[in-house]
Amino acid sequence: MKPGDELPPLTIPITRTLIVAGAVASRDYQDVHHDAELAREKGSPDIFMNILTTNGLVGRYITDHFGPRAVLRKVAIRLGAPNHPGDTMVLTGTVTDVDGETARVRVVGANGLGHHVTGTVTVEVPR
Amino acid sequence: MTPTERDATLYGRLVAYEGRAAATAGVGKDPVNLPMIRHWCEAMGDAHPAYRGPEAVAPPTMLQAWTMGGLAGHTGRSSAYEELFALLDAAGYTSVVATDCEQEYLRPLRPGDEITFDTVIESVSRPKTTKLGPGYFVTTRTDVRAGAELAGTHRFRILKYAPASRPPKSPDQAPRRPRPVINRDNAGFWEGVAAHRLLIQRCGDCAALRFPWLPGCADCGSPEWDTVEASGAGTVFSYVVMHHPPFPAFAPPYAVGLIELAEGVRMISNVVGVPYDKVRIGMPVRLEFVRADEELELPVFRAGGEG
Repeated sequence: MKPGDELPPLTIPITRTLIVAGAVASRDYQDVHHDAELAREKGSPDIFMNILTTNGLVGRYITDHFGPRAVLRKVAIRLGAPNHPGDTMVLTGTVTDVDGETARVRVVGANGLGHHVTGTVTVEVPR
Repeated sequence: MTPTERDATLYGRLVAYEGRAAATAGVGKDPVNLPMIRHWCEAMGDAHPAYRGPEAVAPPTMLQAWTMGGLAGHTGRSSAYEELFALLDAAGYTSVVATDCEQEYLRPLRPGDEITFDTVIESVSRPKTTKLGPGYFVTTRTDVRAGAELAGTHRFRILKYAPASRPPKSPDQAPRRPRPVINRDNAGFWEGVAAHRLLIQRCGDCAALRFPWLPGCADCGSPEWDTVEASGAGTVFSYVVMHHPPFPAFAPPYAVGLIELAEGVRMISNVVGVPYDKVRIGMPVRLEFVRADEELELPVFRAGGEG
């Protein structure tokens, strides 16, 4: 791995099931992540993915690429456009720094509305 | 109180919570366990071998999940955190959305690990206008421990906001540009606009030109004035491109120009006739008037027109 390396994109269909399953698996029962009617009352057109699920998907994207020995050290993400059901998110990543066995990867997750997530992941890949 | 004064008062009360504990010796509802790890991996589609089998560790990104209150809610949150949220709720900022999560993983979490955590309220932002509605960003930092050992840190930012009402969609109710505030000090300017004349004030004593319209001269203090009509020629002195947040009747991205008129005064206006990303400092522009709706005309500047 070297700076400038681009990770193959990962396309994730944003289904209602994924949003609800991710919310429940992360113990997040905020109504906006499972109840469309209450989400609309709060100004959102539909339910949307919670940040813990986005965090989990970003982590998975990195370890899927770097393989079974990869260990996440830091994940820092910022959310922008929400992930609503029916949309598709494409995760892309670029290696920005490499220090020995540790790489920093800039990650962007784009959906139909724009950038859902931007962030930086530090991953250690022991040889 | 005006809304601005109310915000200032509220901000003063909110910011007092910076540095206070949001949770002290919070306890994870479940010890780290394989079923929750498996449910997480299933939801995320994560097949990493480290998260399975007898030597399994938890996916590091689950860090926050072990501290969640779940359907029954949080226990062990401090009164400071409850008070901060109550203040925001009472002021109408009733909704929550998470915006940032920064985690560092120091030690893997394994099945059987008992989780404890301490959270501090790191910062409260000034009032912000967002696409979701007006609100305040609240940032917390949590230390997550397995037994006595620090396993990870978790900085989390949420927006606590007042949901914006959805703008009406029917064309006859399309949002209109804001109305200018017209008073005795600037009525002459708007009368000029109505007659398609851009009028600049001129001091009756020292003859300094001034814009926007003001009751007195900034140079000599004289209240005497008359007007001169702008020729309409100008250049882009500076500009910004507005991306966010979107306001009713404005479709971002668009350029907002600071136009230097040939007479030497500057005014803020739209630059039209050129894409927002092609506006440049020094670009020559020419005054024109656009009708925004049946009640409102506005002076704007068209790019490229020297004559």
